Amino acid sequence: MNRRQLCTFFLQDLYFGVEVEKVQEVIRYQEMTRIPLAPEVIAGLINLRGQIVTAIDLRRQLELAGRQAGQLPMNVVIRRDDGPISLLVDEIGDVVDVEEESFEDPPDTIEARRKEFLRGVYKLKDKLLLLLDTDKAVAIVGAHAA
Amino acid sequence: MNARPPVEELANAMDGMEEIIKEFLVESNEGLDRFDRDLLALEKDCSSRELLDSVFRAIHTIKGTGGVLGYEKLVGVAHAGESLLSRMRDGSLVLSPEIATALLNMADVLRRMLEQIAASGGEGEADCSSVIAGLNAVIGAKNPRPAPPTKRDAGPQPDLPPRLGDILVTQQICKPADVEAAAELQQEGDPRTLGEILVATGAAHPQAVAEGLKVQSDHRDVSSNTIRVDVALLDKVMNLVGELVLARNQVLQFTAGREDSGFLSTAQRLNLITTELQEGVMKTRMQPIGNVWNKLPRIVRDMSVSCGKRVEVAMEGADTELDKTIIEAIKDPLTHIIRNAVDHGVELPERRTAAGKPPEGHLLLRAFHEGGQVNIEISDDGAGIDTDKLKAKAIAKGLISSDHAARMSEREVLNLAFAPGLSTAEQVSNISGRGVGMDVVKTNIEKIGGAVDLQSARGKGTLLKIKIPLTLAIIPALIVTSGGERFAIPQVSLIELVRCEGEQAGIENIHGAPVYRLRGHLLPLVDLNRELRLDAQRRGESVNIVVLQAGDRQFGLVVDEINDTEEIVVKPLSKQLKSVACFAGATIMGDGHVALILDVLGLAQMARVLCELREQSLAERGAAAAEAAAHRESWLLFRLGKSGRMAVPLSLVSRLEEFPAAKTERYAGREVIQYRDQIMPLIRLAEALGYAGSVDGELLQVVVYAANGRSVGLVVDEILDIAEQAVEVQPMQEAKMLKGAAVIQQRVTDLLDVPALLAEQRLAGLEGARA
Repeated sequence: MNRRQLCTFFLQDLYFGVEVEKVQEVIRYQEMTRIPLAPEVIAGLINLRGQIVTAIDLRRQLELAGRQAGQLPMNVVIRRDDGPISLLVDEIGDVVDVEEESFEDPPDTIEARRKEFLRGVYKLKDKLLLLLDTDKAVAIVGAHAA
Repeated sequence: MNARPPVEELANAMDGMEEIIKEFLVESNEGLDRFDRDLLALEKDCSSRELLDSVFRAIHTIKGTGGVLGYEKLVGVAHAGESLLSRMRDGSLVLSPEIATALLNMADVLRRMLEQIAASGGEGEADCSSVIAGLNAVIGAKNPRPAPPTKRDAGPQPDLPPRLGDILVTQQICKPADVEAAAELQQEGDPRTLGEILVATGAAHPQAVAEGLKVQSDHRDVSSNTIRVDVALLDKVMNLVGELVLARNQVLQFTAGREDSGFLSTAQRLNLITTELQEGVMKTRMQPIGNVWNKLPRIVRDMSVSCGKRVEVAMEGADTELDKTIIEAIKDPLTHIIRNAVDHGVELPERRTAAGKPPEGHLLLRAFHEGGQVNIEISDDGAGIDTDKLKAKAIAKGLISSDHAARMSEREVLNLAFAPGLSTAEQVSNISGRGVGMDVVKTNIEKIGGAVDLQSARGKGTLLKIKIPLTLAIIPALIVTSGGERFAIPQVSLIELVRCEGEQAGIENIHGAPVYRLRGHLLPLVDLNRELRLDAQRRGESVNIVVLQAGDRQFGLVVDEINDTEEIVVKPLSKQLKSVACFAGATIMGDGHVALILDVLGLAQMARVLCELREQSLAERGAAAAEAAAHRESWLLFRLGKSGRMAVPLSLVSRLEEFPAAKTERYAGREVIQYRDQIMPLIRLAEALGYAGSVDGELLQVVVYAANGRSVGLVVDEILDIAEQAVEVQPMQEAKMLKGAAVIQQRVTDLLDVPALLAEQRLAGLEGARA
């Protein structure tokens, strides 16, 4: 019975997953208020039904290439003790059932600064599903600060 | 449905128990606070039976409920206190400082036990035998003084319903003497009630007594009209009202440009109801400042005992209400200020007597509402702040240089007390004087949008003024646009709005730092687009300046557009954004977009309007003060006759005009001209002041001077220049309509005394009372 459900999404050519219970909701692109002088991984503030939520651009956080012009990101809103935080991703995938037997720690050959955002890898039949470390994903490291 | 499993039943019972314990904790803590307060009052007024009863009742209740719940240790301590108090009640003991200390210690021990119960459910292992021993010791010690006869003190006590006697006296039904006599009868053992005695002696009509009793019971009912509400629930309601305000704003924006009258009136009603609801909910969060103040007399007592000082605390306006969050925020700063006042401010009794002051120091706390803000003043009649010592300390610590110190004004020196790491106390006591404190007090108060000001007179005392906003949740704000983004600026920091027309009108640069002359003073300008690295948009020819107050300095914020003022709901920023100092929060605008709220203080610091290094800012302030002292003013220079050179303060001039000489007319023996639908009298200055050589040209040069909504035109021969400089006026006795002469632009210039001139020309109506 060692199964868990992951909410999945795409980022560039990578396939990520977050535990379903950590996700408050998934919403389409929202207009954003950008925050001058904020660390560049912070994309802006969105109005989530009257609640102001900080949006973090996961591409920048993971130091991937920027999104193509005209490509609007989606919001994966993560539930956290100190209020929700939105992660901007390229596209939303399905909710996937994964088995713990298919889990493996991330290989050490991954670049350290990218590896720290991964808790592990699920080996699905046709592709690899990367388990995102949400604590790391929403953390602002001093080095990122503008 | 009796098939409930026993475990669940037990759990339910436990739930009920928890509720009871929670209530016991809340009530006991309140009881102990009242105990402290009344005991301190009792120290001042030993004969008050009411206070003694209240103190006794508080402990008795804790003992009773604690016993039911099985807290044996707690009961033991309370019991010892109760026995001591009952000795006082029967008159065999009189409250002495030792007894008061023992009782206050007992209250502290009880509090700790309550805390322990709240945290772990048990009373804890704390040893309370020493407190009990302390209490028993004071009971055992013979009280040397005979018990004074208990007298009924005048005036109703807070928390207690007014006494029947008092009610009857204030309603002028009975004479005070009758009530007094009846009360005495009661004390001598008369079993009848006060009302019965009064009726029997014929002092009052039974009807009147019945009415008096009704008034009394109405007072009693007040307590049953209130309920306890969890703060978390209130916060939730507050948040919902915030949402509602936003929704209302959106609806109102939606109504613009619609003509459906039904919809419009509904929207209007929604608007009104929301505003009322908002006010109502805000009120539920309001608490009297007395809630914080009540703890202070105890602190003062403990401190004055340990420092060997005598301090009286007086409070005014304890019922002034403040938002709960603000009450929480000022608790610590207030405590610190009070500690400072007792520790450093008030002198030892011997010293006070030597200085010709009463041996006990007085500490006054005042609170009042003023202009949408709450003012709190804490004053003492102690030694005041030794500014020389403060200066010396600041120099020794390297905060200021010695020649700079010499230039500082008294007020600036006093403000050094807020600099980190400064204390004038010679001895570091265990209470204060360790150099941390006043700077923290200042930052904490500024954090909630407040301001602190310090005034002190050597040997007379110190006054500390705090100004804080009523609430933090919903604030009025000015909305501006810059770099394509909207920003909200809290109205409290806003001083005025200035719009300069024309090509960069009036904006000058000093080493690249833009400044603007605002009524003769230099206002440093901060460009919001540049500070926030926003896209610079081409601004039109006009420049919008928002003049803001940051700490004790002003600066002008240049923005692209000034939109409107609005009530905004302040929402905090997430912790990911803590590093950005220039934003105080965010809010949702009527159209659903998020706008950032500017932190004026943070912005000023970032733009170096306020320097982090105190010395620098103080140095600048010193220079600014010196400049202000030299009295810089703008002067309009003009020529009269062939060579007369004269000046008037530019601030008195409303316009400069040219009129064709042919347009002048005569009215009531005076030369006038039609100007802006008014008849404006003209004064030919050269003629009036006796300057020779005036040539009547075709065009008249007129300086328009306006006062009280009317204008007068001063005809001069030529407008020369505008000069801004400090002038030194040399008075001249013989010239009636001149203030004197001064050197302006290296030339001797007469200074016109406009009021005197108008008086001479019988146009004085322009000056003061209009004829």
